[in-house]
Amino acid sequence: MNGNDIEHARTAGGRPLSPAAGSNTPRPATKPDGHLAADRPEISPVARTRRLESRRPPLEERMTELAIRVLAYSAVAAMILILIFIAKEAWPILTSAAIHREVTLAKMWFIQQWPGYDAPEHVWQPVSEIPKYGVWPLVVGTIKVTLIAMVVAVPLAVSAAVFVSQYAGRRTREIVKPAIEFLAGIPSVVLGFFALMVMASWFQDTFGFDSRLNALVAGVALSFAVIPVVFTVCEEALGAVPRSYVEASAALGAARWQTITRVVLPAAAPGIAASIALGLGRAFGETMIVLMASGNAAILSANPAESVRTLSATIAAELAEVVFGGPHYTVLFTLAVLLFIVTFGINFIGDQAIARMKRKMGVAQ
Amino acid sequence: MKGSSLRPSRLPHAGDIVLWLATGLATLLVLVILLVILIDVVKNGAPRLTLGFLTKAPSDGMTAGGIFPAIFGTVALVILMTIAALPAGVATAIYLHEYASPTAWGTRIVRIAVNNLAGVPSIVFGLFGLGFFVQFVGGGMDKIFYGGDKVFGQPALIWAALTMAILTLPVVIVATEEALSNVSPDVRLASAALGATKFQTVSRVVLPQAVPGILTGAILAISRGAGEVAPILFTGAAYFLPTLPHTVHDQFMQLGYHVYVLATQSPDVDATRPILYATVLVLLVLTFALNASAILVRSRMRRHLSRAHG
Repeated sequence: MNGNDIEHARTAGGRPLSPAAGSNTPRPATKPDGHLAADRPEISPVARTRRLESRRPPLEERMTELAIRVLAYSAVAAMILILIFIAKEAWPILTSAAIHREVTLAKMWFIQQWPGYDAPEHVWQPVSEIPKYGVWPLVVGTIKVTLIAMVVAVPLAVSAAVFVSQYAGRRTREIVKPAIEFLAGIPSVVLGFFALMVMASWFQDTFGFDSRLNALVAGVALSFAVIPVVFTVCEEALGAVPRSYVEASAALGAARWQTITRVVLPAAAPGIAASIALGLGRAFGETMIVLMASGNAAILSANPAESVRTLSATIAAELAEVVFGGPHYTVLFTLAVLLFIVTFGINFIGDQAIARMKRKMGVAQ
Repeated sequence: MKGSSLRPSRLPHAGDIVLWLATGLATLLVLVILLVILIDVVKNGAPRLTLGFLTKAPSDGMTAGGIFPAIFGTVALVILMTIAALPAGVATAIYLHEYASPTAWGTRIVRIAVNNLAGVPSIVFGLFGLGFFVQFVGGGMDKIFYGGDKVFGQPALIWAALTMAILTLPVVIVATEEALSNVSPDVRLASAALGATKFQTVSRVVLPQAVPGILTGAILAISRGAGEVAPILFTGAAYFLPTLPHTVHDQFMQLGYHVYVLATQSPDVDATRPILYATVLVLLVLTFALNASAILVRSRMRRHLSRAHG
């Protein structure tokens, strides 16, 4: 339902309603605020029909509508301001000679020979005599933790979504769905706390890790935050598969599992892909869980049993201690720009997939 | 629904048993994870949770006393946040749902912004709050009104609340839009047929019916705002304050931040452990109560609507 339908009703099925038809009604003299709807035969201020108006709505209505229009762009304004102000603080990395004496984009991304090291290495050591801003340990750490989280979360969440939407009865569904909403409602600092205080010890006792806090602990804890995101979108996508598909499949003699794996899942594939993309965006940008549970050592290694430091945790842990406008400060904002762009890209792809799915299902129904 | 009505009457297929078991076990595992977290927190947190814990300030280097300042700060934060986020979020939803043409480029840009705002990492909000609110707006206000004295140009309750408001804006917008789309088209047409202007229809017919949905959005936003820590790390949260915040430009303590600090920066982990668990329990109870009431309001609304529309 949107404005156009009402316009349609008001213009008598497309034919413009003569403005005179309404406004000829005699007006009671004492109706200054137009409380009686019948006193206001004017047509709404949708631009398409503005030409029809003999009398416009009162000024205060038009002012309020203007305010709504302006406020509606607050999300757009927020996005633009976020980009501008993050980029503004990161900008000196490209232009400032004072910062270039310590760090450049090239020094961040390309391998460097540091004094005292035998071979060239990627090193993140922003607080040392010679500050080193090699970002690869952070990037690899982020990818490592994100991958572990996705490997744990996606099979669990997608399976749970299949179970809830395809097999579960009404009562099971009424338990599982709110429970997963509760899981989504657990603040990430609580998940981080749980990983730090409880899970890390369990994992160490079970696997005998050298470092108590490591990529595996952080990744598994992170998956708890990702599961609800993937589940919710996935379940919605599976539920949106037209009933006629399922009925046609059953009528052809397919068993339930055949219908699920060969009809429902392929039909919902764009939605499932979107759910994974949105979960990935969440995992990539999540801060508190990894800050608390990953051990925060910037080691360049693929081993999941070692401590890691992610991009988001680096910003959270280091920004409080840096000199405003200094090289370290600028580098941290540069990392934030990177985080922003990557999550924006991932989410954009996810949203496009959802929109496509909705269009497809809309046509099919 | 589908599952029950279309299940074949003959014996279940072997493939069905396998798929049912596999997906059912995954679902069970997710529920078990939730339960384990809850049981651990309740078991370890409940003994320390007394009235004094809720009403006293921390003492003896965070190893004794309560968490009242953190509760106070959290409540103050979400109140200010709601005041900022609710009007903007509701207005955006009204515009998107009632006024905008769905295909206009302006509408599309607003939608892309709302969707992507929901995906911006929370730490990026924190940096933005520091760069924009604290330094640009606050610093600017200091230069203009206070002759360069630091009043607003430092981390403060108001800046943390505004940062959090932007973070929770999409929650309010999505919930309000859902509420608006649940209002039957018939009442809009009826209102229009009576000659009401667009604005009269929206403000007196549509909005009153959407109030429960808007309330759901506000509650969900509060629940989110009460638990987020990353956005307030640099915009106003403090580790320990001897007094409660008096004005909006004071710093504040907050439950989630308190958990973070106690868990990671405590010199004596064993001494703070009971307090830490009790604080987590308070935070969980708070967010769960909020989420539960949101679910309740929503399901009531749905039941009401399904009765109304048959």
